[in-house]
Amino acid sequence: MAEIRNFTINFGPQHPAAHGVLRLVLEMDGEVIERADPHVGLLHRGTEKLAEAKPWNQSIGYMDRLDYVSMMCNEHGYVGAIEKLLGIEPPLRARYIRVMFDEITRILNHLLWLGSHALDVGAMTVFLYCFREREDLMDCYEAVSGARMHATYYRPGGVYRDLPDQMTRYEKEHLGSERELLYRNRARGGSLLDFIEDFTERFPKLVDEYETLLTDNRIWKQRLVGIGVVPPERARQLGFSGPMLRGSGIAWDLRKKQPYAVYDQVDFDIPVGTNGDCYDRYLVRIEEMRQSNRIIRQCVEWLRANPGPVMIDDHKIAPPPRAKMKEDMEALIHHFKLFTEGYSTPEGEVYFAVEAPKGEFGCYIVSDGANKPYRLKIRAPGFAHLSAMDEMAKGHMLADVVAIIGTMDIVFGEIDR
Amino acid sequence: MSLEERLDDLEERIEEHILDELCEECALVRERDELTLTVPRDRLLEVMGLLRRKAALGFDQCIDVCGVDYAAWKRSEWQVEEAPNTGFSRGAERDEPLSPKPQSRFAVVYHLLSLTNNWRLRVKTFLDEEFPAVDSVVGLWKSADWFEREAFDLFGILFKGHPDLRRILTDYGFVGHPLRKDFPLIGQVEMRYDQELGRVVYEPVSIEPRVNIPRVVRDDCRYTDGVAPRAEEEEADG
Repeated sequence: MAEIRNFTINFGPQHPAAHGVLRLVLEMDGEVIERADPHVGLLHRGTEKLAEAKPWNQSIGYMDRLDYVSMMCNEHGYVGAIEKLLGIEPPLRARYIRVMFDEITRILNHLLWLGSHALDVGAMTVFLYCFREREDLMDCYEAVSGARMHATYYRPGGVYRDLPDQMTRYEKEHLGSERELLYRNRARGGSLLDFIEDFTERFPKLVDEYETLLTDNRIWKQRLVGIGVVPPERARQLGFSGPMLRGSGIAWDLRKKQPYAVYDQVDFDIPVGTNGDCYDRYLVRIEEMRQSNRIIRQCVEWLRANPGPVMIDDHKIAPPPRAKMKEDMEALIHHFKLFTEGYSTPEGEVYFAVEAPKGEFGCYIVSDGANKPYRLKIRAPGFAHLSAMDEMAKGHMLADVVAIIGTMDIVFGEIDR
Repeated sequence: MSLEERLDDLEERIEEHILDELCEECALVRERDELTLTVPRDRLLEVMGLLRRKAALGFDQCIDVCGVDYAAWKRSEWQVEEAPNTGFSRGAERDEPLSPKPQSRFAVVYHLLSLTNNWRLRVKTFLDEEFPAVDSVVGLWKSADWFEREAFDLFGILFKGHPDLRRILTDYGFVGHPLRKDFPLIGQVEMRYDQELGRVVYEPVSIEPRVNIPRVVRDDCRYTDGVAPRAEEEEADG
């Protein structure tokens, strides 16, 4: 009689559904998965080690590159931890700007997740729809920071600069008609806030559009309903957070439970799933986009009515304005000290967590009173989620692995760090 | 309940259930609205078990486990103490001996979260320099699995009873523990494609380590309520 053995296959690291560089060693019994062993670390850049060798502010840019689809939320986690260590609080306007951009980032992240998840499962159109809206939001990033993705916009003590009065516009190109130019610039006549408000008016209808493509789609439901079910007690045990936890029916959101910035002053709801399968997590994320839209609208309204400083007035931490530097000796010294040596924090340790689009993103900082972190540990939500791969994939078919990776919203920048 | 009240509540409960009943050697510190419980290494599993199971404490999630290497604690590359008399040195000093500081060289730090009670706790345990090993908490929280593998990989801390203690983040066949303070930032090896051998080869690094901005530890009055620590000492002396 022939010997029957389990079949081992390598999924990735070059597989398009592996969302980057996941190498998954799957032990198969026919087409059923017996064991899944994710090999991570192919994108390991040693962010934590690098941060130990740099002054505090120089590592903010690295945070963008962790979870490279929710850039500003990562910055918020790091910058918030430094602020907690220093014992400072940014001005109210800066906190509103942060909340607004956190939510813009959440929509950015969920759009990329939705597009790529649908693409993995076999729906091409959603991907194109999602990337259309991402373009607008990345223009908002560009308008405040000059960079479309890696913004480095949040700084300890506030944000780098106030919102611009004029939204970036397209210019006349060699190709393309005058009419097209007008169309592309249609919402860009006013300030950044006007542009964002226009977006929030359009966006709920666009989410409806995605839903008409997916929510009642027979194939979509066949691929997601009942796949990767995580009961609430397992979700706790596995260290889940964010939509993964809420999809399992646990109403937990740091924005509500342990509010930071101004989340206690804006009005929004937390969607919760019931079955804990991939489909519920899809519904949770869709609803989160609508709620983010709501928060952004409130922030726009507040920011319109309340001008003010966006950075604390302590030049030991935040650089003085350029004009002041030209005439004030002390301001020049502050500037020089900040950009050569940086600032030193008090000795101690802090942990500060934010509700990033993927879950709880936390920074644990140990400081010995130097101008650099002594130890920076980044708690990435995806790391805990991916470690549950084995448990979630066991007993499923090979094709379901793709749906499970998709539903976890895996990004390797943050997992491998 | 506000954060303050929750923390007061948690502090009381930990004092009652852990410090009084279970483990007197534990120490509880509250700083910047965070609670840190320092546990002796051999009592860790007992204390963690209670934190997990006791409904009054209810820590149902292990958010994070990480290692810390205290070998270079408070070591600066640029002396600022004597500077007013002697002037600043231009380059960064690099070769001071590594000195183990708080209690011992290594520490493992656990961040726990209770979803039911909405509070957090940091648990810290110090380990020997020669043989850094501690009991694994994977039996209590499954999420600790990969976090412990990471701490093993980056610091060489052994977790007794861990089901599958392999390297996780570094390359296959990597030597050393990169987040230890005696591991150079530029690494030990570099790799390139060798035309003659027709494969990738590893060689010792050829670049020089460089410090762009020296590390400075400052105890100035900026963050100590306007009173410089040195001024306080002088008052005490005189």
